[in-house]
Amino acid sequence: MARINSAAELEELRKDILSKRDPDQPWIAVCAGAGCLCLGNDRVISAFEEEIRKQSLEAKVGLRATGCHGFCEKGPIVVIYPEETCYLEVTPEDVPEIIAQTVIEKKVIDRLVYTDPNSGEKATHLSEIPFYRHQTRFLIGNNPKINPKSIDDYLAIGGYSALAKALFEMSPEQVLAEIKKADLRGRGGGGFPAGLKWETARKAPGEEKYVIVNAHEGEPGAFMDRALFTGNPHSVLEGLIIGAYAIGSHQGFIYTRHDTPQLRENIDIALAQAKEYGLLGENILGSGFNFNVEVHLDIGIFVSGESSALMRSIEGKAPEPRPKYIRTSVSGIWEKPSNLNNVETWANVPQIINKGSAWYGSIGTERSKGTKLISLSGKICNTGVVEVPMGTPLREIVYGIGGGIPNGKKLKAVHFGGPMGGSLPESLIDTPLDFDALAKLGAPMGAGAMLVMDEDTCMVDIARYFLDFLTGESCGKCVPCREGIRQMLKIITKITKGKGKEGDIELLEELAGAAREAALCALGRSAPNPFLSTLKYFRDEYEAHIKEKRCPALSCKELSASEGAKKNG
Amino acid sequence: MGEIIIQIDGREVAAREGMTILEAAQSAGIAIPTLCHHEKLEPYGACRICTVEIENRGRTRLVAACLYSVEKDLVVRTRSEKVDKIRKMILELLLAHAPDARELQGLAKEYGADKDRFEKESSFCILCGLCVRYCAEVKKKNAVGFVDRGTRREISFIPEIASKECWNCKECFPLCPTEALQAAYVFTEALISSSPSFELESEE
Repeated sequence: MARINSAAELEELRKDILSKRDPDQPWIAVCAGAGCLCLGNDRVISAFEEEIRKQSLEAKVGLRATGCHGFCEKGPIVVIYPEETCYLEVTPEDVPEIIAQTVIEKKVIDRLVYTDPNSGEKATHLSEIPFYRHQTRFLIGNNPKINPKSIDDYLAIGGYSALAKALFEMSPEQVLAEIKKADLRGRGGGGFPAGLKWETARKAPGEEKYVIVNAHEGEPGAFMDRALFTGNPHSVLEGLIIGAYAIGSHQGFIYTRHDTPQLRENIDIALAQAKEYGLLGENILGSGFNFNVEVHLDIGIFVSGESSALMRSIEGKAPEPRPKYIRTSVSGIWEKPSNLNNVETWANVPQIINKGSAWYGSIGTERSKGTKLISLSGKICNTGVVEVPMGTPLREIVYGIGGGIPNGKKLKAVHFGGPMGGSLPESLIDTPLDFDALAKLGAPMGAGAMLVMDEDTCMVDIARYFLDFLTGESCGKCVPCREGIRQMLKIITKITKGKGKEGDIELLEELAGAAREAALCALGRSAPNPFLSTLKYFRDEYEAHIKEKRCPALSCKELSASEGAKKNG
Repeated sequence: MGEIIIQIDGREVAAREGMTILEAAQSAGIAIPTLCHHEKLEPYGACRICTVEIENRGRTRLVAACLYSVEKDLVVRTRSEKVDKIRKMILELLLAHAPDARELQGLAKEYGADKDRFEKESSFCILCGLCVRYCAEVKKKNAVGFVDRGTRREISFIPEIASKECWNCKECFPLCPTEALQAAYVFTEALISSSPSFELESEE
């Protein structure tokens, strides 16, 4: 790999890569995302390798182990290009037939394509499957097309052209203005305008400034950042470098989890390749701009994702939110201006620079622009990673993409944002996916984990579950959070066991109020959210548990038993 | 350092730039309760008992007085219905762990906190971190630290350091807002459990 020294050389290299690729040549994309790997896709990949070797097809057929395709429910997934034939639930035994029939003979194997469970209709191509058809996959859609370990694959789909444009055709101020105009809002949970944050860091006094990727995806039911970053690491890295240029930073950090080795490996490879090509390091693309990136791993606690705790962790200290009323964009890591954005936020940057803020602003709602990645899970037919334009009604996500609720059950609620988020009842299912609309209803979008619940779900138990999660994931430093969570969990657990008493709801509300108003960090202040939202929309369930010792969903074991006995009796 | 005039409980108070609300109030003889604060230590902001209500640029909110720096036109209320309610709750939560701590009992009387509101879980420690931070910041020994997290967080002496450093120091003991002897107890326990010779002696 030779170093690239100018924008022109980058385009030459791109042409060179593309010239060696025949668009008509068949190639196979096997999903190697976390979900498909769990389902045994590593064996499918090996089977393809073996079959290709056996038939001496190495020169004629390409094979790529790619990042997550999104349709986790139906994994292992295999897509055969150029036709984009999509096979689901593939086993190693299917592989020789796929090679013989589909790759060579161009015939479709009927039993491996998607069949609509209601109409029985088949969908052969990826884009025809309802799960994909109703999405707008600007970010995650590239995953099936590239090998995340190959920078050439990323260059082949236009990668790093936004970086070249920013470095050679735009001033840092112009890049910043473009991001501000696009109204890109932070995807990590707060929805804070990224451009304003960048501007604060840019204007903050001091020569040394840092930019950071928050890849500490920790909430239960969130797996979209991992899918995007593992599957397309360069898209995040490109966004980070552009951001560093706009802010005036020469040192970046990627903060991620210690327990996602596949992501770590792909990040390390991406950094090394970018460095070799001169897209990272000194004098990037010959522009004179210098920028380096270091990777830091967490110690495995949810609060590490809180911005100031994350920065303390990078400093080598315990990940506790710091006790200061000053923004990290002004004073963060080692008290230097530090701009932290989430994986998905950074990944949005290259397309905004390439296509412009006007294009970006045309997607979404008044105050929530672009697309949003959603981790769809729970009681839903199609679990997976979903990308839709902001403003998409939740109904479309649950039914159009998610395929509705399995086993003929009724939808009861959707929960956003994990342990710091809230639940919305079925009656609000036409609410648009929008930062402000959801926050107003008490179910802030968070990072985009969307948990679907059916009629068998007990909402009191949901609140209990998230509090239980937090007991070990808060740092335990401040009293309203640590002790508030402890007591709220005790009271709610008693309620689910039929030992609730008059006044419990009021006491829970008081505890929730103290945590919301007086806790040190965002985790503590939002820890009561699941309780507050379930109380808001499902107060009758709390009352049934307390007053009638009854679980309306028949989910709480100690209460359902007596209910069942009553029914049978 | 410039002087800033702020208002605390209706009184005009002159403060130096960079001072916290707590320092400004103390300099004017206005009391704000604290549990985890110590003038020799870095602000910590864990107990939240010093929560006060502030008003600035038309916004009212609650902040920790030990952390929030004074700023021009700041209006501070050290007591209000909201503030008192939060302090009462914090005390009740802490009294579940250290019901006999005199400092907590005194404050409980002031704020009408009920020491029996929550089920007792007597650990005696309220995790104010005074001992931990004093040892780290003033003595620079790190003989005592926090272990575990969330609701399982506790303090623990590090036997290898404590057995060398603590006998002639023990300066953290009187800092404990709940029970000075408690620190000694945890300390001794750490030494016993880590010392095989100690166990042998007790078996004999």
